[in-house]
Amino acid sequence: MRESSTFFKKQQKLAPYLFVLPFVVTFCIFSAYPYLKSLTYSLYATSGPKDAKFVGLGNYQFLWGDLDFRKAVGNTALFAVLSVAIQLPMSLGLALLLSQKWIKGVKLWRLAVFAPNLMGQVAVGVLFGVLLQAKFGLVNIGLAAILGPQWLDQKWLSEPNNVLPALVVVTAWMSIGYNMIYFLAALQNVDQELIEAAMVDGANGVQRFRAVTLPAIAPVMAFVLVTMTVGSFQLYELPRTLLGGGGPDNRGLTIIMYLFNNGLLSGDLGYASAVGWTLAVMLAAIAALQIWLSGTAKKDA
Amino acid sequence: MKLLGRILTYVLLTIAAFSALIPMWELFSSTLRPSGEMFSQYLWASHPTLENYKDLWELKSPNYIRSLFNSLFLACSGVILQLFFCSLAGFALAKYEFKGKKVLMGIQLLTVFIPGAVTLGPGYQLMYQLGLVDTYLGMLIGSAGNVFGIFLFRQAILAVPDELMNAARIDGCSEFGIYWNIIMPIVRPMTGAFCLLTFMGSWNSLLWPSMMLQNPQHHTLPIALSSLVGLYSQKYGMMMAGTFVMVLPVIVLFLVLQKEFISGLTSGAVKG
Repeated sequence: MRESSTFFKKQQKLAPYLFVLPFVVTFCIFSAYPYLKSLTYSLYATSGPKDAKFVGLGNYQFLWGDLDFRKAVGNTALFAVLSVAIQLPMSLGLALLLSQKWIKGVKLWRLAVFAPNLMGQVAVGVLFGVLLQAKFGLVNIGLAAILGPQWLDQKWLSEPNNVLPALVVVTAWMSIGYNMIYFLAALQNVDQELIEAAMVDGANGVQRFRAVTLPAIAPVMAFVLVTMTVGSFQLYELPRTLLGGGGPDNRGLTIIMYLFNNGLLSGDLGYASAVGWTLAVMLAAIAALQIWLSGTAKKDA
Repeated sequence: MKLLGRILTYVLLTIAAFSALIPMWELFSSTLRPSGEMFSQYLWASHPTLENYKDLWELKSPNYIRSLFNSLFLACSGVILQLFFCSLAGFALAKYEFKGKKVLMGIQLLTVFIPGAVTLGPGYQLMYQLGLVDTYLGMLIGSAGNVFGIFLFRQAILAVPDELMNAARIDGCSEFGIYWNIIMPIVRPMTGAFCLLTFMGSWNSLLWPSMMLQNPQHHTLPIALSSLVGLYSQKYGMMMAGTFVMVLPVIVLFLVLQKEFISGLTSGAVKG
């Protein structure tokens, strides 16, 4: 009995260490080590995994001057801004519509709007590569039927100016339902008594939204905003499959695609690391700014 | 006025639902059209045929059916492995005090903001040195330390009352027994959400697998689908059939796990 009880005590003390062990071991080897390694690696020029030559900040200097990289940053940033500007109001708007108490079949509506998210960027890219064709594609057939026959010849994927808008719209098609789910859940937690009190005070819909709903869902909004931005900056698979690469005039070239083409494909893993850390610093700065902004917005409200 | 608002709401919802579903319906219906009718009708197949699926089935390069099984194997075993690793670690972080806990939590937060692309170069080099390039072991073990999963499980397990665990201890239940018999059944909704998210993550990813898996016999569906598009860009029917084959398993899994998915996905984010 005594023996078994000391065993019982021991396993209680050891348990948490054993529980985190599998994660910690794999994380340290396959995530933490590459993260740290990539910092020093970004100071080397490499060709393949075996050969490395120290170049100091040379990779970063080259990166800064490379017009293709600037183009990739410009494309990606514009994509992120447009995506947030379209997706945030639309997913919140749909959630607001669906959270009205008298709506019938909430689950079915939710399922329908969410469905495109199940496809994944690769499948979506292939599908819209066909749907967005000029003359034969379903999108232009539909647009021509509604807006007039001149839309039939609209070129989406071969006309440089239309490439980024096409990427933004296709991404919105995929992602609005996903973000809507977060807003729906947040709206369910909004204090109904406060809303009713505001109604008694004669506040209209817009006033009620700004005074009661918006402050209550602000944390979720900040969460969606940050994940949406971080996700947008890592766009790769959709343009790769939809455009087969950077597209006309490299208008669909994104930062990750640049990293893949100029670092990984050519075997320069050091350069790839430098591109990756540049992106990481940009993302950290943007996320910090967004969190700070939503923090001050909350205080003002 | 009130009625008008309600009608407008339903109209907007209908537009949203149709915009979401029409492309997916067109994907499905186009796979059933004979090759000659690909662009002569839309949203329907008046002469339905399985010819496109037959082409896909007989394809030697890329071997699509083999890729389907490769993807299934990788996604399922990846889900099981990550589920086990993440739920155990999430349990420890939520319910125990131990040395190094704060460090682990800090690392968790940090990695969320560092894009995975940073590790692509050195990660590949490491896999090369360990001889794991082009192996499924490398694919599986490399993704086992899923930080986001730990965050989800920790959030869910924090809500489980300590009294339940203490009662089980008095009854002589071991710590692993508590994890297995008490914690895991309670966080089932989160488990469902986690499984679906992890499955989709593995199923749809292209960048890392296309670096790691070099032998065509090892290729996953996204790799096979992109080479299909490159090689047979004129065979639209087969391309669409390939896309549909890739999408269908996720839709089925989602319909099975739907309830758990919605509640599990949002509980962590909203409460946290």
